[in-house]
Order: sequence, then structure tokens, then C-alpha cells
Amino acid sequence: MKFGVVVFPGSNCDHDAWYAVTRNLGQQAEFVWHDSNRLGDVDAVILPGGFSYGDYLRCGAIAKFSPVMGAVKKFAADGGLVAGICNGFQILVESGLLPGALVRNAGLKFRCMELQLTVATSDSPFTNACRKGDVLRVPIAHGEGCYVAEERVLDELEAEDRIAFRYVKNPNGSQRDIAGVLNRGRNVLGMMPHPERAADPLMGSLDGLSVFTSMVAAAALKK
Amino acid sequence: MKARVFVSLKKTVLDPQGQTIQSALAGRGYSSIAHVRQGKLFEIELSPETDRDSAHKDLEEIAREVLANPVIEEFRVELLD
Repeated sequence: MKFGVVVFPGSNCDHDAWYAVTRNLGQQAEFVWHDSNRLGDVDAVILPGGFSYGDYLRCGAIAKFSPVMGAVKKFAADGGLVAGICNGFQILVESGLLPGALVRNAGLKFRCMELQLTVATSDSPFTNACRKGDVLRVPIAHGEGCYVAEERVLDELEAEDRIAFRYVKNPNGSQRDIAGVLNRGRNVLGMMPHPERAADPLMGSLDGLSVFTSMVAAAALKK
Repeated sequence: MKARVFVSLKKTVLDPQGQTIQSALAGRGYSSIAHVRQGKLFEIELSPETDRDSAHKDLEEIAREVLANPVIEEFRVELLD
């Protein structure tokens, strides 16, 4: 399958994501520049980590107005797989493709560390290679990763099995230990941890690969 | 014509920066300070031909859609002469 990795000015995990899906997984991938209003013939989109547009105003707030996000919204509305990682997650909540918001970490510190995630559902195109309850070792690196939403929205996410990952030990104050959520159609994922940084033996963990292998399996089923 | 837009976190959203400032002030002996919330101020200058009503309408829209994230923030628009 072919992944499209969106590149915003200030993205800095775009090459890591590209490397994870091509070199580590043997799939095709191409970069899509932020001012393109077309995604081309990609089967899935990755919004990578970084500091899009300097994270000015709010993280992801300027990126949501970029031409490529119009194409990403349409792609998602048509059922295409979209995974937003870290800054990509922030862009997805700012764009309204995912509920809630990501605010300054409760401890105010930029947290950069490997931690453990629990797979909260295996019923998604991003976690089908896992079992519910599996624990993955994946790094985080963010200053604004505290997930917040109204109680009503959090209840709805739980009732609809739309929490993809939870932190075993909450690093940032996220409500209900949420590390990743799905949209209602289950084809859009946002997560603060970096699966692409746990995708090569050199990185000390291969656990992040399961997110991408799940996407490959889901895309194969679609075809 | 000039305008100001104030953006602040909703009361229900934790403001760790405001809390840190408050505890720093307490540490400096300002016992009169009970609570601090941190926000943003945008100073905006409108083009001279803009009339007050349309300026207000535009600013409300800009504040809602760009300057603030209504999920976590609230805003106030102030038109100055």
C-alpha cells in the first residue's frame, strides 16, 4: 500500500514516519507538501509530529487552515485512513476531525521518554494487529499533550469504544489516561505517543510497528 | 480603529501556568493574590474604511474560528476608538 506523509513547515517526524513504513515495513510512501490541495493516489495519510507553523497561536491551529487539510478532510470523510501522531493529533483535534483538545501538560514540563501504553481496543484499522490489553513500549515527546474534553464527550468515547490507547502511568494529566482516540467512523486516529520512533531495532522497541501493520492489514481488506 | 481580543481558558479547564504564577507570587510574599489565570491578548488594527458593525462581526468570527479554540477557551472582543 502507499502511505502519504504530510509535510508542514516545522514537521520533524515526517522522515521517521516515512522510514518506518518503507524501510521497516516494506510499503510505499510519499511526502505530500502542505500547500498541495490533492493527496494523489495514497491509501492512507499520516500527519507527522513536529511543530507545524511553529505551533504559533496554538499547536495545530494554523495547520488546520492549510490547503492539504481540505484534502485530508475529504479523504477522511470518504473513509480513508488518517493517523495523526503528536502534532498530527493536535492538528486533527483543531480541525474538528477528532473531539477534545490537547493543552499544556499538567506538570508544565516537556516530557520526552519511553513509556507504556495499553491498547484499549483492537477494533480499529490502527490496532487490529494487537489484542485489547496489550502493553506497548512507545516514546512520547510533547509539551502540550494533556487530552481534555467535556465529561459528556469522554463518556461517549468510552461507550463507543473509541479510546485507542491509554497511558499505563499518565505523563501529562490527560483525562482518563487517554493517549489516543478514534473518530466515530473509526478511520481517523490521533495519538500523542510516537509509534514511528519504536519501529526499528536500533530504537530499542518495535512495538510501534503494530499501528502501521494494522493499517496495512485494514487497507488490504478494503481492496 | 483598534480592537482587542482577550482569549482565556474556560474555568473548567486546568491552567497549570496560572497556578505556577500564583504559587511563585505566594513565594514572593504576595499573600493578597488568591488566584491567577493566564490568557492571551491580541491587539488588532482595522483598516480605516471599516465601519464599527462589520468590524465587530468580523472580529467575533475571527475570535471564534481562529484566535480561540471553543473546546477549551472563551474570548471577549473589545472595540477601541
